[in-house]
Amino acid sequence: MADPVLFEFLHTEMVAELWAPDPDPGWGGKKSLSVLEGLGFRVGQALGERLPRETLAFREELDALKFLCKDLWAAMFQKHMDGLRTNHQGTYVLQDNSFPLLITMGSGPQYLEEAPKFLAFTCGLLCGALHTLGFQSLVTASVASLPACKFQVVIQKS
Amino acid sequence: MSRQANRGTENKKMSSELFTLTYGALVTQLCKDYENDEDVNKQLDRMGYNIGVRLIEDFLARSNVGRCHDFRETADVIAKVAFKMYLGITPSITNWSPAGDEFSLILENNPLVDFVELPDNHSSLIYSNLLCGVLRGALEMVQMAVEAKFVQDTLKGDGVTEIRMRFIRRIEDNLPAGEE
Repeated sequence: MADPVLFEFLHTEMVAELWAPDPDPGWGGKKSLSVLEGLGFRVGQALGERLPRETLAFREELDALKFLCKDLWAAMFQKHMDGLRTNHQGTYVLQDNSFPLLITMGSGPQYLEEAPKFLAFTCGLLCGALHTLGFQSLVTASVASLPACKFQVVIQKS
Repeated sequence: MSRQANRGTENKKMSSELFTLTYGALVTQLCKDYENDEDVNKQLDRMGYNIGVRLIEDFLARSNVGRCHDFRETADVIAKVAFKMYLGITPSITNWSPAGDEFSLILENNPLVDFVELPDNHSSLIYSNLLCGVLRGALEMVQMAVEAKFVQDTLKGDGVTEIRMRFIRRIEDNLPAGEE
C-alpha cells in the first residue's frame, strides 16, 4: 500500500517537471497544461477500469458524478468532495473547500497564479474516469481563493 | 455495515494504485520526451532526489526515529520502517560488504511495477529509478552521502529486485555552534 504522501510529492514533482516543456506549443499558456491533463486522463481511465463491477453499471450521469465525489475523491485524497451542484442539463460543479494539492501552498490569494498547474492533472483524471464510465466530458477547474477550488464538468452529448 | 468496511479497503487499494498508475504515466511521458533511456533514468533519479529531501521531513515527524549511529542501523530503519510506511513492503537486507559500508535491499514485490511490462526497446531503462533518487535525497538530509543503484530487476528477468546501497561519506555540515 503506497502512502498517500507519496502521491502528493510525486504530483508536485510532475508539475515542476512537465508543465512548462510542451513538445507541441500552441496558443499561450493554456496549452502548456495539456501534458499534465493527458497524464491525468490516462490515470483516470485506468483507475476507472479497476473499479468494482457494480459501479461500472452506472446508468445515470448523476450517479457517475456522485461516484467521483465520494469514492474517487476518497481514494485520492481520503475525503469527500464538499459540494456537487448541477443545472440538470449536463453541467456539474464540484466544489472542494480545501483541495489537498493546494493546501500546502497556503491560503488566500497569494499564489493564485500558480494554482492552475496544480489542477490540470486532476481535471484530466476526472475526465478520464468519466470516459471509462461511458461519458464524454470537458473538465475545467477554477480557483477563487486558495485552497478552495471548483471543477466544472460539462457532459458532451453525442 | 460490511459494505461500508468493504468500501474502505477498496479505497485504500485504489489510493495505492493511484500512485502506481501515476508513476507509470510519468515514466511513459518521460520516455516520449527524451530520446534515450539514460536521460530518463537521470530525470527519474533527479525527481526522486527532490522527493527524498522533502519526504525525510515527513518520515522523521511521523516515525520518531532518532539519529542512526552506523550504517547497519540506517539499513534497518530504511527497510523495516521507511519502506513499510510508504510502500507497505519490507525489503530484506543482505550482502553486507566486509567493511560494513555497502548492503543490498532485496524487494520481493515492488509496488511501483504493478501492471508494468517493459517493451524490448527500453532495455536500459531503469523503471523504478525514482526510488534510488528518493533514498539518496533523504539520506543526504541526515548527513549521509550514499550511492543507490539497481543491480537486479524483476522487470528485466532477474529473480528479485536488488538495490545496492553504498555509503560514501558523512557530510560535515556547517552546523550552528552548540548543535549536534
